[in-house]
Amino acid sequence: MIDSNLLKNMVSIYGPSSREERIRNLIIKEIEEYVDEIKIDQLGNLIAHKAGCGDKLMISANMDQLGFIVIDIDEKGFIRFTNIGKCEPIHLIGQRVQFENGIKGVIFYEENSTENKITFEKLYIDIGSNKKEDTLSKVNIGDICILANEYIENEITIISPNLDDRLGCYILVEVIKNLNNTEYDLYFVFTTQGKVGARGAKTAAFSIEPDISLVIDVNRARDTPKQERSNVKLFNGVTIDIMNNSYITHSEIKNTLLDLVVKNNIKYQLEVSDDDITDAGSIHLSKYGVKTTVVSIPCRYVHTSSEIATKEDIIMCLKLINSFIGKL
Amino acid sequence: MLLEKLTLANGVSGNEKEVRNLIYKEIIDFADYIKIDKIGNIIAYKKGKKKTDKKILFIAHMDEVGLIVTDIDENGFLKFSTVGGVDKRVLVSKTVKIGENKIPGVIGSKPIHLQKKSERNEAFELEDLYIDIGVDSRTDAEIKVNIGDYVAFDTKYEEFGNGCIKAKALDDRVGCSILIDLIKDENIEYDFYVAFSVMEEIGLVGAGPVAFNVKPDICVIVEGTLCYEMPNLDSHLMPTRLGYGPAISLIDRHTLYDFELREKTVSLAKQHNIPYQYRKTSSGGNDAGEIQVSGEGAKVLALSVPTRNIHSSSSIIKKDDYFNTLSLIKYLIPSICKEDK
Amino acid sequence: METKDALVLLANSNGVSGQENNLHKVIIELFESLVDEVEVDSLGNLIFYKKSTNKSDFKLMLAAHMDEIGLIVNKIEENGFLRFSEVGGIDKKTLVGQEVLVHGKETILGIIGTKPPHMMSNEEQEKSIKIEDMIIDTGFNKEEVEKIVKIGDFITIRREAIVLENERISGKSMDDRVGVVVLYDIAKRLQTLKHNIDVYFVCTVQEELTMSGGMTSTYKINPDIGIAIDVGFGYTPELKRNQTLLMGHGPGIALGGNIDSSLRNKIINIAKELNIPYQINVVPGQTGTDARSIQITREGIPTLLISIPLRYMHTSVELVDLKDVSFTSILISEFIRTIGNKPEVINDIVEE
Repeated sequence: MIDSNLLKNMVSIYGPSSREERIRNLIIKEIEEYVDEIKIDQLGNLIAHKAGCGDKLMISANMDQLGFIVIDIDEKGFIRFTNIGKCEPIHLIGQRVQFENGIKGVIFYEENSTENKITFEKLYIDIGSNKKEDTLSKVNIGDICILANEYIENEITIISPNLDDRLGCYILVEVIKNLNNTEYDLYFVFTTQGKVGARGAKTAAFSIEPDISLVIDVNRARDTPKQERSNVKLFNGVTIDIMNNSYITHSEIKNTLLDLVVKNNIKYQLEVSDDDITDAGSIHLSKYGVKTTVVSIPCRYVHTSSEIATKEDIIMCLKLINSFIGKL
Repeated sequence: MLLEKLTLANGVSGNEKEVRNLIYKEIIDFADYIKIDKIGNIIAYKKGKKKTDKKILFIAHMDEVGLIVTDIDENGFLKFSTVGGVDKRVLVSKTVKIGENKIPGVIGSKPIHLQKKSERNEAFELEDLYIDIGVDSRTDAEIKVNIGDYVAFDTKYEEFGNGCIKAKALDDRVGCSILIDLIKDENIEYDFYVAFSVMEEIGLVGAGPVAFNVKPDICVIVEGTLCYEMPNLDSHLMPTRLGYGPAISLIDRHTLYDFELREKTVSLAKQHNIPYQYRKTSSGGNDAGEIQVSGEGAKVLALSVPTRNIHSSSSIIKKDDYFNTLSLIKYLIPSICKEDK
Repeated sequence: METKDALVLLANSNGVSGQENNLHKVIIELFESLVDEVEVDSLGNLIFYKKSTNKSDFKLMLAAHMDEIGLIVNKIEENGFLRFSEVGGIDKKTLVGQEVLVHGKETILGIIGTKPPHMMSNEEQEKSIKIEDMIIDTGFNKEEVEKIVKIGDFITIRREAIVLENERISGKSMDDRVGVVVLYDIAKRLQTLKHNIDVYFVCTVQEELTMSGGMTSTYKINPDIGIAIDVGFGYTPELKRNQTLLMGHGPGIALGGNIDSSLRNKIINIAKELNIPYQINVVPGQTGTDARSIQITREGIPTLLISIPLRYMHTSVELVDLKDVSFTSILISEFIRTIGNKPEVINDIVEE
């Protein structure tokens, strides 16, 4: 049911915010034969159009990933960096990273630090070099690396970095490949710079002027030990996000989705979260306003090198998007 | 229910007149003897078909927690103190009724936009709060209200949820209402006394004179009591639970309750399939504290209706608990009196 | 309808940011006989269009937001209690012991509960209670409540507006239903007033959350001038005089970078000429109102912010003075009456 090869390729390929060329090219190759037109805008958003005569429906997912940009290299060749996209410094200790040119390294921290709180200033990347010159021959200030971790798949779950939001991109690709009749004028948008404040989504929505927008994202499952703040759980189906810090769902779209899940037997859950900006925050207030809802896949350990999502939830999400497109 | 009228009446401790008049009128036709004592308690006596040499007294308090106007400032804002154990944190953003003419007022607060970050996590101090009745000067305010006016919450009585009741002053109008139901019942076999006390919330003031007057052998306090069931709380930390029947007191700040009386009550509840629970906290207290040690002393029992948000503007009880408390009391009377023969 | 009755009606209506659909009917019923066109746009803004007496291509937009702060269900506990998040800048200190309405399949009563003071240490009693330590009690168990309520359902504070002394009215959501009532009052006045410009009355959505309503409706209307009508802090003893407006002393006219200064001078002159009380309200930075959204839409729009004094903002006993409502609507109506055609205003701006 899930195209493991494609998903694996999509989550593994390099493409931190502002450097989305590789992931964009991969997606273009996958979808070009299924759409009428492909456009890349100023910010690098990939916009795929499938013409129809109904309302303009924009379905988007952000294609960039969490990254770390080099700000300094010391005499011994250790790399200091800062984050591109939100993550917890403590989650990075001992994690491996990879630069665009394939150079790998490991993140560690100043162990004798007396302060309890780990901040990015306390972290460094070690690429196994012995001096500054050696490091500089492989990595420059301004280079961006990504979390490098194995893609693991078992019968029911997927464990990998970058499920946020390559999973959303994967769903879009699958939807595009299986497009049936629809009366919507469809725009599939793979946005850039989602991790740094939904910047790509803003310009994409401005140029497309959609009537309706669905944003496909992952959201934090809080079903792990001693987590009780909200309801979202793995294996409980696709999540319809009612509200987060940057948007509140449009009631008309929400109601349509709720009708569809019941009618098509789609496992779903509802969430009110205090998470940060998603693309929806930018899109819904573009120009005349856009009726917007976020649909997401529950995911544990978001913004770490081992995000976990379930196949069943992915399929439920796919089913919901397909039924939304086909509902007319 | 009569409880609606009882909770809508205002009777902040020390000012129980409205409640007292209401209760007096309700029970005068059913009591064989009734009097209002010198500090305002109602004491009534009802004859049963059979005589008993045990004096049983049922008592509930008429007063409720509230506020009292202590000053009027030059801009016409009313400063106040609390009367009884009101949590200062429930006062903000509420409407109130002031004095006998029930003048409406509001308790506002500094807007969140203008609060410093540290202020946001602190409760408002009582001395920073005031009541706004819409006037701009002390002179205008004094036309409507006076220093010393009592202030009650402005809360409707409503039934909601699955058999629940929301109102102010359920502590202890629920007790008053149960005792009124009891005295209206013509089928109670033995003689008994009921009393409606004043000023319980400000230090069990009324109960002593009642006990002095009646000199009961046995006294049953009928109360609304603490009920708190936050999720994930260990069960021993929940004082009582809504819908689990009358709460039987073990111990509180003033009283260790009589063991035999308590056991008798429990076995009656079991025998008649009435749900019951123990009150699992030693905090709080009631008129039992005064009555137990008055004169030669009395054996005391407290039966309470679990009351959520007690001492706040909108408290909650469950009707089932009310009726189960009433029927347990009705079984209790013959059971106590019979065995003494 | 009398202005006072309209204010009570609207304050008692329920519409948290995102839930403004609830308000459409009641507001449209107020306005529809007074305007030429009624439109509900895609985010749910209400746009009422009143044509100028003569033909005009000059557009004035008057905006007041109709949403209110509130709560939203985020979890249903095993024992049936509801957990919730804030929608908009609600002060958690105002929630304890508050009665609420939960808008599920039907609207049901709930009471916000927390630990009783008897069970708290003295230290604990000095702190404000965290949202995580509060629940909503609906009197139902889980199974029963789930038939009516789901995650994402809106919750409003339940408060019926009351009339105090001096025609002062206190209730929830006066911020900014009182602004909507000012629009209504102006619309009534325009029935008998000749005006040379087109007027758009806009009741915006989501001001308390993302301000998206102000942005998108302005983009659509593309007005020549925008006036946001919102509320300002009314003076009470614990507040500084220079942060606040006096009750009953007329609207606050904002002064600051967010405000077009030639328009401001114009409206102040009108107030002076006609002896309409007003107060100056200095706002050096962003105003945190729709005025901001209007000002920076498209190529930028000259904007005014008029504030009605309101005490106890973001509590359920927000208090306004009906005199201020009248002063505000008289002032803006006169502004509309005296403003000529496009060239006049443009000249003014150039002169500045």
